[in-house]
Amino acid sequence: MASLDRVKVLVLGDSGVGKSSLVHLLCQNQVLGNPSWTVGCSVDVRVHDYKEGTPEEKTYYIELWDVGGSVGSASSVKSTRAVFYNSVNGIILVHDLTNKKSSQNLYRWSMEALNRDLVLTRVLVTNGDYDREQFADNQMPLLVIGTKLDQIHETKRHEVLTRTAFLAEDFNAEEINLDCTNPRYLAAGSSNAVKISRFFDKLFEYLFTPVILQKSLTWKESA
Amino acid sequence: MSFLIDSSIVITSQILFFGFGWLFFMRQLFKDYEVRQYAVQVIFSVTFAFSCTMFELIIFEILGVLNSSSRYFHWKMNLCVILLILIFMVPFYIGYFVVSNIRLLHKQRLPISCLLWLTFMYFFWKLGDPFPILSPKHGILSIEQLISRVGVIGVTLMALLSGFGAVNCPYTYMSYFLRNVTDTDILALERRLLQTMDVIISKKKRMAMARRTMFQRGEVHNKPSGFWGILKSVTTSAPGSEMPDLTLIQQEVDALEELSRQLFLETADLYATKERIEYSKTFKGKYFNFLGYFFSIYCVWKIFMATINIVFDRVGKTDPVTRGIEITVNYLGIQFDVKFWSQHISFILVGIIIVTSIRGLLITLTKFFYAISSSKSSNVIVLLLAQIMGMYFVSSVLLIRMSMPLEYRTIITEVLGELQFNFYHRWFDVIFLVSALSSILFLYLAHKQAPEKHMAP
Repeated sequence: MASLDRVKVLVLGDSGVGKSSLVHLLCQNQVLGNPSWTVGCSVDVRVHDYKEGTPEEKTYYIELWDVGGSVGSASSVKSTRAVFYNSVNGIILVHDLTNKKSSQNLYRWSMEALNRDLVLTRVLVTNGDYDREQFADNQMPLLVIGTKLDQIHETKRHEVLTRTAFLAEDFNAEEINLDCTNPRYLAAGSSNAVKISRFFDKLFEYLFTPVILQKSLTWKESA
Repeated sequence: MSFLIDSSIVITSQILFFGFGWLFFMRQLFKDYEVRQYAVQVIFSVTFAFSCTMFELIIFEILGVLNSSSRYFHWKMNLCVILLILIFMVPFYIGYFVVSNIRLLHKQRLPISCLLWLTFMYFFWKLGDPFPILSPKHGILSIEQLISRVGVIGVTLMALLSGFGAVNCPYTYMSYFLRNVTDTDILALERRLLQTMDVIISKKKRMAMARRTMFQRGEVHNKPSGFWGILKSVTTSAPGSEMPDLTLIQQEVDALEELSRQLFLETADLYATKERIEYSKTFKGKYFNFLGYFFSIYCVWKIFMATINIVFDRVGKTDPVTRGIEITVNYLGIQFDVKFWSQHISFILVGIIIVTSIRGLLITLTKFFYAISSSKSSNVIVLLLAQIMGMYFVSSVLLIRMSMPLEYRTIITEVLGELQFNFYHRWFDVIFLVSALSSILFLYLAHKQAPEKHMAP
């Protein structure tokens, strides 16, 4: 077991989209039997083989921090949540395919988390506007996951999937659409499992970038 | 002819209220959700529209606008529609949506919701028994039966909200009650929270590794379910017996997660208090602080009056307007045209009461909705709120009667039938007193308990 300080991934999204079910599925390969409201933050750990199948294969722990709440929370709740956004290595954005508002709120979620990291003081800077260029430059790996795919009727699927493709493009991220109550979607060898593996691998590549280079990137963005 | 004009005026205003309710629903309540069942939005807006029309008719009564017979007709019609909505439609839809959320009963939605509605009607009817609200000469299916029961529920709600609001308002406005929170307190709590998260993570890492090695060794990990399952797992556990360890660690993790939730909520609370301290230093904050002192005096006075009313079994006969005018005429010797002024003053007074109660209710409902709704239950909660709103407004009409001079009371008495109005006022006083006193007790306990938690090293 290679020791690494920590690899931390945030799982963000509106309440009720299925973050807890998703995290449970990713970490324990089981469907969550009784999902209930997440108060504060719940953490789970996934064991990941970096560079699986190659001679350089190493096993790491990845921490998935499932932060609960809504974008419209009181500012006191937002300030409390901000304590979880420290030293994050990657973000998984979760939205509900049956609820357009949850997809739109992902922009605000990413602003809330990324602004916290870009500004190196404790003051939360929110300009509120979504800036596409910020995401083009952004080096932090993002992944967009759409849930409740089973509840979308066959006829509407194409329209919904086109919309989510645009969403993922905006974030410069990969996207996966699945149903958290069905482990089949993340079965080993499926394209979804490959995407997830690739995302986690990207985390390590981002980590192994020299720290000086990282700092100069983040300073440029916040300037 | 004049009837048609009057009706068109009333109907136009109803459409306006409907639009306002629709906008409020979309912009405020359902900000974060997607409206999929438009029936819910329609019902909410319709309830709002008809409730506001009732208030509008009161204002028209005072100002003498429109023909008196057309006013009476619209009163009756409005009342019938509101009762129809509150007693038939909304409860039925609530039952329907509750059943729709439960996956198992999906096929038999309709019959089960009818059953739920019949249960509701049974309890609703039984509600009238312990209260002396009717004179025996009313038949079984009269409007008075329904209104009296709706009135009881609505008055209880009003008194509860009013009692809590009267106590909570000075408590939140006045900065005297603000706990002293420093940045170091917050930082210390945050550190504890992150430390707890770290401990949880290290335990979960152990569990994940144990599960993985077990999986790789080819053991199938079944969660022990029930008594026999646990027995079986203990007796047939493989070499290394990591199963009991896992359940022990899982229990520790559960306890730690509960602790992390508590710490999170406390931190959020501290941040909120800090913001309030900042706010109280601003000009607006100081203004509200002053208002808070004023409201606390008002609150004490109201509690005092409620106690007097109950103890001495006093029933107010005259309304504040007439009494005020009497005082000024008799004691201060100022002569003025009683009829003219009483009309205008009661219009202003009643108008203020109506506007503040509508606004206060909508704000409370919104806060309540944000606090407890989720994407699954939002429909049911909105319908519950519509029900509460409707009952609240109907009983407001009942109680507002007391604030109006005699000549304007007659229409309400005529339309609502011969209810025992005095009973409702007495009931309001009792519930108000109970609610205010228990709010004081509750806030006192909450206030006492909080500083002890944070000042602990």
